[in-house]
Amino acid sequence: MTTEHHLAIERVSLSYGDLPVVTALDVALPPGKITVVVGANACGKSTVLRAMSRLLRPSEGRIVLDGRDIHRLPTREVARTLGLLPQSPVAPEGIVVADLVARGRHPHQKMLARWSNADDRAVAEALAATGVEDLADRSVDELSGGQRQRVWIAMALAQQTDILLLDEPTTFLDVTHQVEVLDLLTDLNRKRGTTIAMVLHDLNLAARYADHLIALRGGAVVAAGPPAAVVTEQLVRAVFALESLVITDPVSGTPLVVPQGRHHALTEVMV
Amino acid sequence: MSAVLADLVVGRRRRVRRRGAVVAVLAALVVTIFAVSLMVGHTYYPLIDVWHVIVGDVVPGASFTVGELRLPRASLAVLAGFAFGIGGVTFQTMLRNPLASPDIIGISQGASAAGVFAIVVLGYSGPTVSVVAVVAALVTALLIYLLAWKDGVVGTRLVLVGIGIAAMLHSVISWVLLRASQWDLQVAMRWLTGSLNHASWDVVIPLLVAVLAATPVLLSQGRPLALLELGDDTAAALGVPVERTRLVSIVAAVLLIACATAAAGPIAFVAFLAGPIAARLVGPGASLLVPAGLVGALIVLLADQVGQWALGTRYPVGVVTGALGAPYLVYLLARTNKSGGSL
Repeated sequence: MTTEHHLAIERVSLSYGDLPVVTALDVALPPGKITVVVGANACGKSTVLRAMSRLLRPSEGRIVLDGRDIHRLPTREVARTLGLLPQSPVAPEGIVVADLVARGRHPHQKMLARWSNADDRAVAEALAATGVEDLADRSVDELSGGQRQRVWIAMALAQQTDILLLDEPTTFLDVTHQVEVLDLLTDLNRKRGTTIAMVLHDLNLAARYADHLIALRGGAVVAAGPPAAVVTEQLVRAVFALESLVITDPVSGTPLVVPQGRHHALTEVMV
Repeated sequence: MSAVLADLVVGRRRRVRRRGAVVAVLAALVVTIFAVSLMVGHTYYPLIDVWHVIVGDVVPGASFTVGELRLPRASLAVLAGFAFGIGGVTFQTMLRNPLASPDIIGISQGASAAGVFAIVVLGYSGPTVSVVAVVAALVTALLIYLLAWKDGVVGTRLVLVGIGIAAMLHSVISWVLLRASQWDLQVAMRWLTGSLNHASWDVVIPLLVAVLAATPVLLSQGRPLALLELGDDTAAALGVPVERTRLVSIVAAVLLIACATAAAGPIAFVAFLAGPIAARLVGPGASLLVPAGLVGALIVLLADQVGQWALGTRYPVGVVTGALGAPYLVYLLARTNKSGGSL
């Protein structure tokens, strides 16, 4: 699979109604890498991701996929290159896993064409890659949160896009499943070269799993680059208004942010 | 990997077969009851006589009774039921809510109110009334959609707005009826209770045209409509033109509902019941459009037979479907209440 797809937003302004969220923002996703967007609540992270996936039309500027304005491309054509897993997708009542994952095939199917072998193979691969093959005939309603999230990722994989955007894919999961989902996405990136961009809440997991980290505040980029270069105590203060210590993660060697609150501080580490 | 693939194919084929079997059985039932309703009545005619009448031969007695009375009536039952069923399930699927049926959210009432108004106040008659009703139903749908719009349309809000609009339209109907003359009142009543009593080819043909025109449009939206069930964002990310799909589906579904209402009155709860029954039969994950249409046809055919022969006096079909549908509405609301209140 090729990874030479470029997605960028150029001088983009976004607003909800009359409320401007983002003004003249430039962001480019490095192809074949994992990009993670972090920032405080309501800083415009999800808005930027929605704009990148063409769900939100910019009031100014343009979103560019492989050199072309994304809003001028046929939406199905875009859907063969660019996948999105929204924050809270809805599973129809009673639907079984295999059928839900199969819906990811939509952009590859002609209007009246029948279900093809390629469709079956793509769904089977997606189920196997996310480790939910044993759940294929189970109803999505019966699954645990972690299983359900893997099923949704499987649906996005069945779409077979080279770029995958995910809006807070770990938010409702316990820590075990958060790590599991992020490992899965890393596998996907390393084995297939899929360009991944996601919004994450946990700064430490973001620093560990990102190749490229983008920190937003008030709809503007405060810093962007490899986590080791970007994540500093100053950045955490600027983005989250939080005092912290940044040390080296003993497991991964990436930056680890240790927050400082008003309580539970040993005097030795007080700054 | 190949084992996963094999299991997957087996599972999918099983679900496809189940759906095919359900559709075949429903279609067979519709044909059977259609045929039986042509045969039985005050006079019994054997199938062979009925067949002769259908192909155009003259059979004494049967040519009038079957050809001019029973055949239009049964055809109207099938077409109106199909139109209500497929139109209803379109709304329910699109808004992800079984309560979002056109007969609950005021679209049928829009057609009825306009029909009554056109007859009593404007003095119209015949096809003009139907045209007014179809336009009014479209306007009602648009109005509900706009009133429920706030950064997109959420099923629950639309249902509540629709119930409010339905109540307002009911009061319009009551007000108009108070001013109606005796004769107008009788004609106007047709628009209030679903009934097949005035079935004739003049009524059936326009509905047939509407069904033949709108059904393929809806079927072409079947797959995008199923994707809308995943939420607007997911559907859009999968390449579905969300607003266009919704607009095309709404217009086609409203057209069907309005034309069926113009032909047979708002046969209570058919649009509301057909989808959930079809969903139970077909199982999750499949398009419900055709099964719901067949279930709708079956409900109206059966309810009309019950209304005519089973209850001593002849009742209009809408009375029977109303008696069937109301308990289901109560059940649905009770279940909603237990599940925590979301509609």
